[in-house]
Amino acid sequence: MNAVYILWLRELKRYRRSYAQIIASLAQPMLYLLVLGFGLGPVFQKAGNGSYLQFVAPGVVGMTVLFSSVFSGIGLLWDRQFGFLKETLVAPVPRITVMIGKSLGAATVATIQGTLVLIVCLIAGFRPVSWASLPLAFVFMILTAIIFSGLGMAIGSVLQDMQGFQLIMNFLVMPIFFLSGALFPLNDLPKVLSLMTRLDPLSYGVDGLRGALIGASQFEAVTSISVLSVVAVLFLALGGYLFSRIQL
Amino acid sequence: MISVENLVKNFGDVKAVDGVSFTVQAGEIFAFLGPNGAGKTTTIKMLTTLLKPTSGKITLDGLDPVTSQTEARRKFGIVFQDPSLDSELTALENMELHGVLYGVQRKIRLERTEMLLKLFELWERRSSYVKTFSGGMKRRLEIARGFLHTPKILFLDEPTLGLDPQSRNQLWTHVKNLNQTEGVTVFLTTHYMDEADRVAHRLAVIDHGRIVAQGTSQELKEQTKTESLEEAFLALTGSSIRDEKAGSAEQLRQMANMWRKNR
Repeated sequence: MNAVYILWLRELKRYRRSYAQIIASLAQPMLYLLVLGFGLGPVFQKAGNGSYLQFVAPGVVGMTVLFSSVFSGIGLLWDRQFGFLKETLVAPVPRITVMIGKSLGAATVATIQGTLVLIVCLIAGFRPVSWASLPLAFVFMILTAIIFSGLGMAIGSVLQDMQGFQLIMNFLVMPIFFLSGALFPLNDLPKVLSLMTRLDPLSYGVDGLRGALIGASQFEAVTSISVLSVVAVLFLALGGYLFSRIQL
Repeated sequence: MISVENLVKNFGDVKAVDGVSFTVQAGEIFAFLGPNGAGKTTTIKMLTTLLKPTSGKITLDGLDPVTSQTEARRKFGIVFQDPSLDSELTALENMELHGVLYGVQRKIRLERTEMLLKLFELWERRSSYVKTFSGGMKRRLEIARGFLHTPKILFLDEPTLGLDPQSRNQLWTHVKNLNQTEGVTVFLTTHYMDEADRVAHRLAVIDHGRIVAQGTSQELKEQTKTESLEEAFLALTGSSIRDEKAGSAEQLRQMANMWRKNR
Protein backbone atom coordinates (compact mmCIF):
# COMPACT_ATOMS: atom_id res chain seq x y z
CA MET A 1 0.00 0.00 0.00
CA ASN A 2 2.85 2.34 0.93
CA ALA A 3 4.57 1.34 -2.29
CA VAL A 4 1.51 2.33 -4.34
CA TYR A 5 1.38 5.66 -2.51
CA ILE A 6 5.06 6.52 -2.96
CA LEU A 7 4.98 5.70 -6.69
CA TRP A 8 1.79 7.72 -7.09
CA LEU A 9 3.46 10.60 -5.27
CA ARG A 10 6.48 10.36 -7.56
CA GLU A 11 4.30 10.87 -10.65
CA LEU A 12 2.69 13.91 -9.06
CA LYS A 13 5.99 15.44 -8.02
CA ARG A 14 7.39 14.98 -11.49
CA TYR A 15 4.28 16.57 -12.96
CA ARG A 16 4.32 19.56 -10.64
CA ARG A 17 7.97 20.24 -11.44
CA SER A 18 7.56 20.37 -15.22
CA TYR A 19 5.98 23.77 -15.85
CA ALA A 20 7.03 23.72 -19.49
CA GLN A 21 5.24 20.43 -20.01
CA ILE A 22 2.10 21.65 -18.27
CA ILE A 23 1.89 24.77 -20.44
CA ALA A 24 2.72 22.84 -23.63
CA SER A 25 0.06 20.22 -23.00
CA LEU A 26 -2.58 22.92 -22.53
CA ALA A 27 -1.78 24.58 -25.86
CA GLN A 28 -3.27 21.88 -28.09
CA PRO A 29 -6.65 21.66 -26.33
CA MET A 30 -6.87 25.44 -26.41
CA LEU A 31 -6.36 25.43 -30.18
CA TYR A 32 -9.17 22.95 -30.60
CA LEU A 33 -11.39 24.85 -28.23
CA LEU A 34 -10.82 28.34 -29.54
CA VAL A 35 -10.19 27.80 -33.26
CA LEU A 36 -12.76 25.05 -33.79
CA GLY A 37 -15.09 26.43 -31.13
CA PHE A 38 -15.35 29.83 -32.74
CA GLY A 39 -14.45 28.77 -36.30
CA LEU A 40 -17.12 26.10 -36.71
CA GLY A 41 -19.56 27.95 -34.47
CA PRO A 42 -21.59 29.68 -37.22
CA VAL A 43 -21.98 26.50 -39.33
CA PHE A 44 -23.00 24.47 -36.31
CA GLN A 45 -25.50 27.13 -35.33
CA LYS A 46 -27.04 27.19 -38.82
CA ALA A 47 -27.46 23.41 -38.70
CA GLY A 48 -29.68 24.00 -35.70
CA ASN A 49 -27.41 22.39 -33.11
CA GLY A 50 -26.85 25.38 -30.88
CA SER A 51 -23.47 26.68 -29.73
CA TYR A 52 -20.46 24.69 -30.95
CA LEU A 53 -18.33 26.01 -28.09
CA GLN A 54 -20.79 24.50 -25.64
CA PHE A 55 -20.75 21.28 -27.61
CA VAL A 56 -17.01 20.91 -28.12
CA ALA A 57 -15.82 21.93 -24.63
CA PRO A 58 -16.57 18.54 -22.98
CA GLY A 59 -14.92 16.88 -26.01
CA VAL A 60 -11.78 18.93 -25.54
CA VAL A 61 -11.70 18.03 -21.84
CA GLY A 62 -12.03 14.35 -22.81
CA MET A 63 -9.27 14.75 -25.37
CA THR A 64 -6.95 16.29 -22.78
CA VAL A 65 -7.56 13.41 -20.40
CA LEU A 66 -6.91 10.90 -23.21
CA PHE A 67 -3.62 12.40 -24.34
CA SER A 68 -2.34 13.15 -20.89
CA SER A 69 -3.01 9.69 -19.52
CA VAL A 70 -1.68 7.80 -22.54
CA PHE A 71 1.51 9.89 -22.48
CA SER A 72 2.01 9.41 -18.76
CA GLY A 73 1.60 5.68 -19.23
CA ILE A 74 4.06 5.69 -22.08
CA GLY A 75 6.35 7.66 -19.74
CA LEU A 76 7.26 4.18 -18.60
CA LEU A 77 9.42 4.09 -21.70
CA TRP A 78 11.50 6.97 -20.36
CA ASP A 79 11.85 5.22 -17.04
CA ARG A 80 13.11 2.25 -18.97
CA GLN A 81 15.58 4.25 -21.02
CA PHE A 82 16.87 6.32 -18.13
CA GLY A 83 17.17 3.37 -15.83
CA PHE A 84 14.70 4.17 -13.08
CA LEU A 85 12.49 1.27 -14.15
CA LYS A 86 15.17 -1.17 -12.96
CA GLU A 87 15.01 0.31 -9.49
CA THR A 88 11.30 -0.47 -9.29
CA LEU A 89 11.66 -3.88 -10.94
CA VAL A 90 14.17 -5.21 -8.39
CA ALA A 91 12.21 -3.80 -5.45
CA PRO A 92 10.64 -6.45 -3.20
CA VAL A 93 7.07 -5.55 -4.15
CA PRO A 94 4.87 -7.40 -6.63
CA ARG A 95 5.02 -5.93 -10.13
CA ILE A 96 1.28 -5.32 -10.03
CA THR A 97 1.80 -2.92 -7.10
CA VAL A 98 4.31 -0.91 -9.11
CA MET A 99 1.96 -0.89 -12.07
CA ILE A 100 -1.05 0.26 -10.02
CA GLY A 101 0.99 3.01 -8.36
CA LYS A 102 2.20 4.35 -11.67
CA SER A 103 -1.20 4.08 -13.35
CA LEU A 104 -2.99 5.88 -10.54
CA GLY A 105 -0.32 8.57 -10.69
CA ALA A 106 -0.82 8.92 -14.44
CA ALA A 107 -4.60 9.00 -14.01
CA THR A 108 -4.36 11.68 -11.33
CA VAL A 109 -2.14 13.84 -13.52
CA ALA A 110 -4.57 13.41 -16.42
CA THR A 111 -7.53 14.40 -14.24
CA ILE A 112 -5.69 17.52 -13.09
CA GLN A 113 -4.93 18.39 -16.72
CA GLY A 114 -8.59 17.84 -17.63
CA THR A 115 -9.63 20.12 -14.78
CA LEU A 116 -7.23 22.84 -15.94
CA VAL A 117 -8.71 22.65 -19.44
CA LEU A 118 -12.23 22.76 -18.02
CA ILE A 119 -11.26 25.99 -16.25
CA VAL A 120 -9.89 27.36 -19.53
CA CYS A 121 -13.21 26.44 -21.16
CA LEU A 122 -15.08 28.36 -18.47
CA ILE A 123 -12.89 31.39 -19.09
CA ALA A 124 -13.54 31.09 -22.84
CA GLY A 125 -17.26 31.36 -22.24
CA PHE A 126 -18.37 27.77 -21.70
CA ARG A 127 -21.19 27.39 -19.17
CA PRO A 128 -22.35 24.04 -17.77
CA VAL A 129 -26.13 23.57 -17.47
CA SER A 130 -25.88 22.99 -13.75
CA TRP A 131 -22.98 23.19 -11.32
CA ALA A 132 -24.51 20.36 -9.33
CA SER A 133 -23.61 17.87 -12.05
CA LEU A 134 -19.92 18.78 -11.87
CA PRO A 135 -19.11 15.82 -9.55
CA LEU A 136 -20.60 13.48 -12.18
CA ALA A 137 -18.33 15.07 -14.77
CA PHE A 138 -15.36 14.23 -12.54
CA VAL A 139 -16.48 10.62 -12.30
CA PHE A 140 -16.28 10.42 -16.09
CA MET A 141 -12.96 12.22 -16.18
CA ILE A 142 -11.44 9.87 -13.61
CA LEU A 143 -12.76 6.71 -15.28
CA THR A 144 -11.46 7.88 -18.66
CA ALA A 145 -8.09 8.71 -17.10
CA ILE A 146 -7.80 5.26 -15.52
CA ILE A 147 -8.67 3.50 -18.78
CA PHE A 148 -6.07 5.29 -20.85
CA SER A 149 -3.39 5.19 -18.17
CA GLY A 150 -3.82 1.43 -18.22
CA LEU A 151 -3.58 1.45 -22.00
CA GLY A 152 -0.51 3.70 -21.86
CA MET A 153 1.16 1.35 -19.39
CA ALA A 154 0.36 -1.61 -21.61
CA ILE A 155 1.93 0.15 -24.59
CA GLY A 156 4.88 1.40 -22.54
CA SER A 157 5.58 -2.15 -21.34
CA VAL A 158 5.79 -3.47 -24.88
CA LEU A 159 7.62 -0.64 -26.67
CA GLN A 160 11.40 -0.85 -26.59
CA ASP A 161 12.22 2.64 -27.83
CA MET A 162 10.68 5.88 -29.04
CA GLN A 163 10.46 4.75 -32.65
CA GLY A 164 7.23 2.91 -31.98
CA PHE A 165 5.80 6.02 -30.42
CA GLN A 166 4.78 7.74 -33.67
CA LEU A 167 3.10 4.54 -34.78
CA ILE A 168 1.05 4.42 -31.59
CA MET A 169 0.18 8.09 -31.91
CA ASN A 170 -1.05 7.89 -35.49
CA PHE A 171 -2.67 4.49 -35.50
CA LEU A 172 -4.11 4.30 -32.01
CA VAL A 173 -4.36 7.55 -30.08
CA MET A 174 -5.50 9.83 -32.90
CA PRO A 175 -8.20 7.37 -34.11
CA ILE A 176 -9.43 6.97 -30.52
CA PHE A 177 -9.75 10.73 -30.34
CA PHE A 178 -11.40 11.31 -33.73
CA LEU A 179 -13.83 8.39 -33.40
CA SER A 180 -14.97 9.42 -29.93
CA GLY A 181 -17.42 12.12 -30.91
CA ALA A 182 -15.30 14.70 -29.15
CA LEU A 183 -15.65 16.98 -32.18
CA PHE A 184 -18.99 15.94 -33.72
CA PRO A 185 -22.35 14.57 -32.57
CA LEU A 186 -22.69 10.79 -32.72
CA ASN A 187 -26.29 10.67 -33.99
CA ASP A 188 -27.21 10.09 -37.67
CA LEU A 189 -23.75 8.78 -38.61
CA PRO A 190 -23.10 6.29 -41.44
CA LYS A 191 -23.47 2.73 -40.12
CA VAL A 192 -19.78 1.77 -40.19
CA LEU A 193 -18.70 4.97 -38.50
CA SER A 194 -21.46 4.63 -35.94
CA LEU A 195 -20.30 1.10 -35.11
CA MET A 196 -16.70 2.24 -34.76
CA THR A 197 -17.61 5.07 -32.43
CA ARG A 198 -19.45 2.60 -30.23
CA LEU A 199 -16.34 0.44 -29.95
CA ASP A 200 -14.25 3.41 -28.85
CA PRO A 201 -14.15 3.63 -25.04
CA LEU A 202 -13.51 7.37 -25.21
CA SER A 203 -16.97 7.83 -26.81
CA TYR A 204 -18.56 6.87 -23.50
CA GLY A 205 -16.23 9.15 -21.55
CA VAL A 206 -16.92 12.15 -23.77
CA ASP A 207 -20.64 11.40 -23.96
CA GLY A 208 -20.80 11.09 -20.18
CA LEU A 209 -18.97 14.40 -19.77
CA ARG A 210 -21.33 16.03 -22.25
CA GLY A 211 -24.33 14.61 -20.43
CA ALA A 212 -23.06 15.95 -17.12
CA LEU A 213 -21.93 19.34 -18.38
CA ILE A 214 -24.47 20.34 -21.04
CA GLY A 215 -27.25 17.85 -20.40
CA ALA A 216 -27.20 16.28 -23.86
CA SER A 217 -26.01 12.72 -24.28
CA GLN A 218 -26.33 9.75 -26.58
CA PHE A 219 -26.09 7.01 -23.95
CA GLU A 220 -27.55 6.74 -20.46
CA ALA A 221 -25.06 7.85 -17.79
CA VAL A 222 -25.39 4.45 -16.11
CA THR A 223 -24.57 2.66 -19.38
CA SER A 224 -21.52 4.83 -19.92
CA ILE A 225 -20.26 4.33 -16.37
CA SER A 226 -20.72 0.57 -16.64
CA VAL A 227 -18.92 0.37 -19.99
CA LEU A 228 -16.09 2.59 -18.74
CA SER A 229 -15.68 0.60 -15.52
CA VAL A 230 -15.48 -2.71 -17.36
CA VAL A 231 -12.97 -1.34 -19.87
CA ALA A 232 -10.93 0.20 -17.05
CA VAL A 233 -10.60 -3.17 -15.34
CA LEU A 234 -9.72 -4.84 -18.65
CA PHE A 235 -7.04 -2.30 -19.58
CA LEU A 236 -5.54 -2.27 -16.09
CA ALA A 237 -5.38 -6.06 -16.19
CA LEU A 238 -3.77 -5.96 -19.63
CA GLY A 239 -1.28 -3.31 -18.49
CA GLY A 240 -0.53 -5.30 -15.35
CA TYR A 241 0.01 -8.49 -17.31
CA LEU A 242 2.33 -6.89 -19.87
CA PHE A 243 4.19 -4.97 -17.16
CA SER A 244 4.79 -8.15 -15.16
CA ARG A 245 6.40 -9.73 -18.22
CA ILE A 246 9.05 -7.04 -18.68
CA GLN A 247 12.55 -8.47 -18.69
CA LEU A 248 15.56 -6.24 -19.05
CA MET B 1 25.46 -16.72 0.48
CA ILE B 2 25.31 -16.95 -3.32
CA SER B 3 25.47 -20.26 -5.09
CA VAL B 4 25.14 -20.73 -8.84
CA GLU B 5 25.08 -24.09 -10.59
CA ASN B 6 25.30 -24.59 -14.31
CA LEU B 7 23.61 -21.31 -15.13
CA VAL B 8 22.67 -20.89 -18.81
CA LYS B 9 21.05 -17.97 -20.65
CA ASN B 10 20.40 -18.07 -24.38
CA PHE B 11 19.20 -15.12 -26.44
CA GLY B 12 17.99 -16.91 -29.55
CA ASP B 13 21.09 -18.70 -30.87
CA VAL B 14 23.51 -16.66 -28.80
CA LYS B 15 24.72 -18.28 -25.60
CA ALA B 16 25.28 -15.25 -23.37
CA VAL B 17 25.94 -17.36 -20.30
CA ASP B 18 26.99 -20.94 -20.90
CA GLY B 19 27.09 -23.19 -17.84
CA VAL B 20 28.45 -20.93 -15.11
CA SER B 21 28.96 -22.28 -11.58
CA PHE B 22 30.42 -20.55 -8.52
CA THR B 23 29.76 -19.88 -4.86
CA VAL B 24 30.29 -16.77 -2.78
CA GLN B 25 30.67 -17.08 1.00
CA ALA B 26 28.86 -14.79 3.45
CA GLY B 27 30.84 -11.61 4.11
CA GLU B 28 33.07 -12.14 1.12
CA ILE B 29 33.92 -9.58 -1.58
CA PHE B 30 33.78 -11.45 -4.85
CA ALA B 31 34.88 -9.92 -8.16
CA PHE B 32 33.51 -11.09 -11.47
CA LEU B 33 35.87 -10.10 -14.27
CA GLY B 34 35.59 -10.43 -18.02
CA PRO B 35 35.87 -8.53 -21.29
CA ASN B 36 32.88 -6.68 -22.77
CA GLY B 37 30.07 -9.02 -23.72
CA ALA B 38 31.50 -11.89 -21.67
CA GLY B 39 28.22 -12.38 -19.79
CA LYS B 40 28.87 -10.46 -16.57
CA THR B 41 25.82 -8.22 -16.70
CA THR B 42 23.58 -11.03 -17.94
CA THR B 43 24.65 -13.10 -14.93
CA ILE B 44 23.91 -10.22 -12.55
CA LYS B 45 20.52 -9.70 -14.16
CA MET B 46 19.66 -13.36 -13.58
CA LEU B 47 20.89 -13.18 -9.98
CA THR B 48 18.73 -10.11 -9.36
CA THR B 49 15.45 -11.43 -10.89
CA LEU B 50 15.57 -9.13 -13.92
CA LEU B 51 16.06 -12.02 -16.33
CA LYS B 52 14.86 -15.60 -16.18
CA PRO B 53 17.65 -18.15 -16.66
CA THR B 54 17.26 -20.61 -19.55
CA SER B 55 18.45 -23.33 -17.19
CA GLY B 56 20.53 -23.82 -14.07
CA LYS B 57 20.05 -23.13 -10.39
CA ILE B 58 20.63 -19.98 -8.34
CA THR B 59 20.41 -19.67 -4.56
CA LEU B 60 20.62 -16.34 -2.75
CA ASP B 61 20.79 -16.79 1.02
CA GLY B 62 18.79 -20.00 0.61
CA LEU B 63 16.20 -18.51 -1.73
CA ASP B 64 15.63 -19.17 -5.41
CA PRO B 65 15.19 -15.82 -7.21
CA VAL B 66 13.12 -17.51 -9.93
CA THR B 67 10.45 -18.99 -7.67
CA SER B 68 10.54 -16.67 -4.63
CA GLN B 69 11.20 -13.38 -6.38
CA THR B 70 9.89 -10.93 -3.80
CA GLU B 71 11.62 -12.57 -0.83
CA ALA B 72 14.88 -12.87 -2.76
CA ARG B 73 14.73 -9.20 -3.75
CA ARG B 74 14.62 -8.18 -0.09
CA LYS B 75 18.03 -9.84 0.41
CA PHE B 76 20.07 -7.77 -1.99
CA GLY B 77 20.86 -4.24 -3.04
CA ILE B 78 22.13 -3.46 -6.48
CA VAL B 79 24.03 -0.70 -8.23
CA PHE B 80 23.53 -1.06 -11.94
CA GLN B 81 26.00 -0.44 -14.70
CA ASP B 82 23.94 2.50 -15.93
CA PRO B 83 22.07 4.99 -13.75
CA SER B 84 18.79 4.03 -12.11
CA LEU B 85 18.04 7.17 -10.10
CA ASP B 86 15.11 9.45 -10.78
CA SER B 87 16.90 12.63 -11.77
CA GLU B 88 13.77 14.77 -11.37
CA LEU B 89 13.71 13.97 -7.66
CA THR B 90 16.10 15.11 -4.94
CA ALA B 91 18.66 12.84 -3.27
CA LEU B 92 16.45 12.55 -0.20
CA GLU B 93 13.39 11.75 -2.28
CA ASN B 94 15.26 9.00 -4.09
CA MET B 95 16.29 7.53 -0.74
CA GLU B 96 12.74 7.85 0.61
CA LEU B 97 11.26 6.13 -2.43
CA HIS B 98 13.73 3.27 -2.11
CA GLY B 99 13.15 2.92 1.62
CA VAL B 100 9.37 2.78 1.21
CA LEU B 101 9.58 0.28 -1.66
CA TYR B 102 11.77 -1.94 0.51
CA GLY B 103 9.46 -1.58 3.51
CA VAL B 104 12.10 0.02 5.75
CA GLN B 105 10.49 1.46 8.89
CA ARG B 106 10.29 5.24 8.82
CA LYS B 107 12.52 5.80 11.85
CA ILE B 108 15.24 3.44 10.63
CA ARG B 109 14.93 4.85 7.14
CA LEU B 110 15.56 8.41 8.30
CA GLU B 111 18.49 7.36 10.50
CA ARG B 112 20.17 5.28 7.85
CA THR B 113 19.53 7.84 5.12
CA GLU B 114 21.33 10.45 7.21
CA MET B 115 24.16 8.08 8.12
CA LEU B 116 24.69 6.92 4.53
CA LEU B 117 24.39 10.34 2.89
CA LYS B 118 26.91 11.69 5.39
CA LEU B 119 29.22 8.76 4.80
CA PHE B 120 29.10 9.26 1.04
CA GLU B 121 29.46 13.03 1.47
CA LEU B 122 26.10 13.90 -0.04
CA TRP B 123 24.32 15.18 3.06
CA GLU B 124 24.94 18.84 2.17
CA ARG B 125 23.29 18.30 -1.21
CA ARG B 126 20.42 16.16 0.05
CA SER B 127 17.72 18.55 -1.19
CA SER B 128 19.21 19.14 -4.65
CA TYR B 129 17.75 17.49 -7.71
CA VAL B 130 19.77 14.50 -8.83
CA LYS B 131 19.95 16.00 -12.33
CA THR B 132 22.31 18.63 -10.95
CA PHE B 133 24.73 16.00 -9.60
CA SER B 134 28.05 15.04 -11.18
CA GLY B 135 28.66 11.48 -12.37
CA GLY B 136 30.59 10.65 -9.22
CA MET B 137 27.89 12.02 -6.94
CA LYS B 138 25.22 10.00 -8.73
CA ARG B 139 27.25 6.83 -8.32
CA ARG B 140 27.76 7.53 -4.63
CA LEU B 141 24.06 8.15 -4.19
CA GLU B 142 23.23 4.89 -5.95
CA ILE B 143 25.56 2.98 -3.66
CA ALA B 144 24.23 4.74 -0.57
CA ARG B 145 20.73 3.83 -1.72
CA GLY B 146 21.76 0.21 -2.27
CA PHE B 147 22.79 0.00 1.41
CA LEU B 148 19.66 1.68 2.76
CA HIS B 149 17.66 -1.47 3.44
CA THR B 150 20.64 -3.27 5.05
CA PRO B 151 20.91 -5.92 2.34
CA LYS B 152 22.77 -9.18 2.91
CA ILE B 153 24.23 -9.03 -0.58
CA LEU B 154 25.28 -5.99 -2.59
CA PHE B 155 25.69 -6.30 -6.34
CA LEU B 156 27.92 -3.69 -7.96
CA ASP B 157 27.97 -3.80 -11.75
CA GLU B 158 30.95 -1.70 -12.90
CA PRO B 159 30.27 0.91 -10.22
CA THR B 160 33.40 2.96 -10.98
CA LEU B 161 32.89 3.26 -14.72
CA GLY B 162 33.79 6.80 -15.80
CA LEU B 163 34.92 8.00 -12.37
CA ASP B 164 38.18 9.77 -11.59
CA PRO B 165 40.79 7.97 -9.43
CA GLN B 166 39.83 10.01 -6.35
CA SER B 167 36.18 9.02 -6.53
CA ARG B 168 37.05 5.40 -7.31
CA ASN B 169 39.37 5.21 -4.37
CA GLN B 170 36.89 6.78 -1.99
CA LEU B 171 34.07 4.59 -3.25
CA TRP B 172 35.95 1.34 -2.64
CA THR B 173 37.06 2.51 0.79
CA HIS B 174 33.41 2.99 1.75
CA VAL B 175 32.38 -0.33 0.28
CA LYS B 176 35.15 -2.12 2.16
CA ASN B 177 34.19 -0.39 5.39
CA LEU B 178 30.54 -1.31 5.05
CA ASN B 179 31.56 -4.86 4.16
CA GLN B 180 33.34 -5.04 7.49
CA THR B 181 30.88 -3.14 9.69
CA GLU B 182 27.64 -4.57 8.28
CA GLY B 183 28.99 -7.90 7.06
CA VAL B 184 27.42 -7.44 3.65
CA THR B 185 28.50 -9.85 0.93
CA VAL B 186 29.70 -7.94 -2.13
CA PHE B 187 29.50 -9.24 -5.69
CA LEU B 188 31.17 -6.82 -8.10
CA THR B 189 32.22 -6.52 -11.70
CA THR B 190 34.82 -4.09 -12.96
CA HIS B 191 37.26 -3.50 -15.80
CA TYR B 192 39.88 -2.05 -13.48
CA MET B 193 42.13 -4.91 -12.45
CA ASP B 194 43.92 -2.87 -9.78
CA GLU B 195 40.57 -2.31 -8.05
CA ALA B 196 39.66 -5.95 -8.16
CA ASP B 197 43.09 -6.88 -6.86
CA ARG B 198 42.83 -4.45 -3.97
CA VAL B 199 39.22 -4.98 -2.94
CA ALA B 200 38.18 -8.53 -3.71
CA HIS B 201 38.85 -11.57 -1.58
CA ARG B 202 38.25 -13.92 -4.48
CA LEU B 203 37.77 -13.48 -8.22
CA ALA B 204 36.32 -15.33 -11.17
CA VAL B 205 37.18 -14.62 -14.80
CA ILE B 206 34.41 -15.15 -17.32
CA ASP B 207 34.81 -15.16 -21.11
CA HIS B 208 32.34 -16.15 -23.83
CA GLY B 209 29.81 -17.03 -21.14
CA ARG B 210 32.10 -19.50 -19.36
CA ILE B 211 34.20 -19.20 -16.24
CA VAL B 212 37.81 -19.70 -17.30
CA ALA B 213 39.43 -19.35 -13.88
CA GLN B 214 38.56 -18.58 -10.28
CA GLY B 215 40.41 -18.16 -7.00
CA THR B 216 42.29 -15.50 -5.09
CA SER B 217 44.32 -12.93 -6.99
CA GLN B 218 47.49 -14.80 -5.91
CA GLU B 219 46.14 -18.10 -7.23
CA LEU B 220 45.26 -16.57 -10.60
CA LYS B 221 48.73 -15.09 -10.95
CA GLU B 222 50.37 -18.39 -10.04
CA GLN B 223 48.12 -20.32 -12.38
CA THR B 224 49.02 -18.09 -15.35
CA LYS B 225 52.63 -17.52 -14.22
CA THR B 226 52.21 -13.73 -14.44
CA GLU B 227 53.21 -10.82 -12.24
CA SER B 228 50.01 -8.79 -12.05
CA LEU B 229 46.31 -9.44 -12.16
CA GLU B 230 46.08 -7.45 -15.40
CA GLU B 231 48.55 -9.78 -17.09
CA ALA B 232 46.80 -12.79 -15.65
CA PHE B 233 43.50 -11.47 -17.01
CA LEU B 234 44.95 -10.95 -20.50
CA ALA B 235 46.61 -14.38 -20.40
CA LEU B 236 43.22 -15.94 -19.58
CA THR B 237 41.03 -14.00 -22.00
CA GLY B 238 43.42 -13.20 -24.87
CA SER B 239 44.07 -9.72 -26.19
CA SER B 240 41.52 -9.42 -29.00
CA ILE B 241 39.05 -6.56 -28.66
CA ARG B 242 35.32 -7.25 -28.20
CA ASP B 243 32.74 -4.90 -29.53
CA GLU B 244 29.34 -4.68 -28.00
CA LYS B 245 26.30 -3.78 -29.99
CA ALA B 246 24.84 -0.44 -28.92
CA GLY B 247 21.38 -1.08 -27.54
CA SER B 248 18.35 1.11 -28.07
CA ALA B 249 18.77 2.48 -24.55
CA GLU B 250 22.20 3.83 -25.43
CA GLN B 251 20.91 5.47 -28.60
CA LEU B 252 18.08 7.15 -26.78
CA ARG B 253 20.34 8.42 -24.04
CA GLN B 254 22.53 10.02 -26.67
CA MET B 255 19.52 11.67 -28.23
CA ALA B 256 18.34 12.99 -24.86
CA ASN B 257 21.80 14.36 -24.14
CA MET B 258 21.75 16.16 -27.46
CA TRP B 259 18.47 17.85 -26.57
CA ARG B 260 19.75 18.88 -23.22
CA LYS B 261 22.79 20.52 -24.77
CA ASN B 262 20.71 22.40 -27.32
CA ARG B 263 18.58 23.97 -24.65
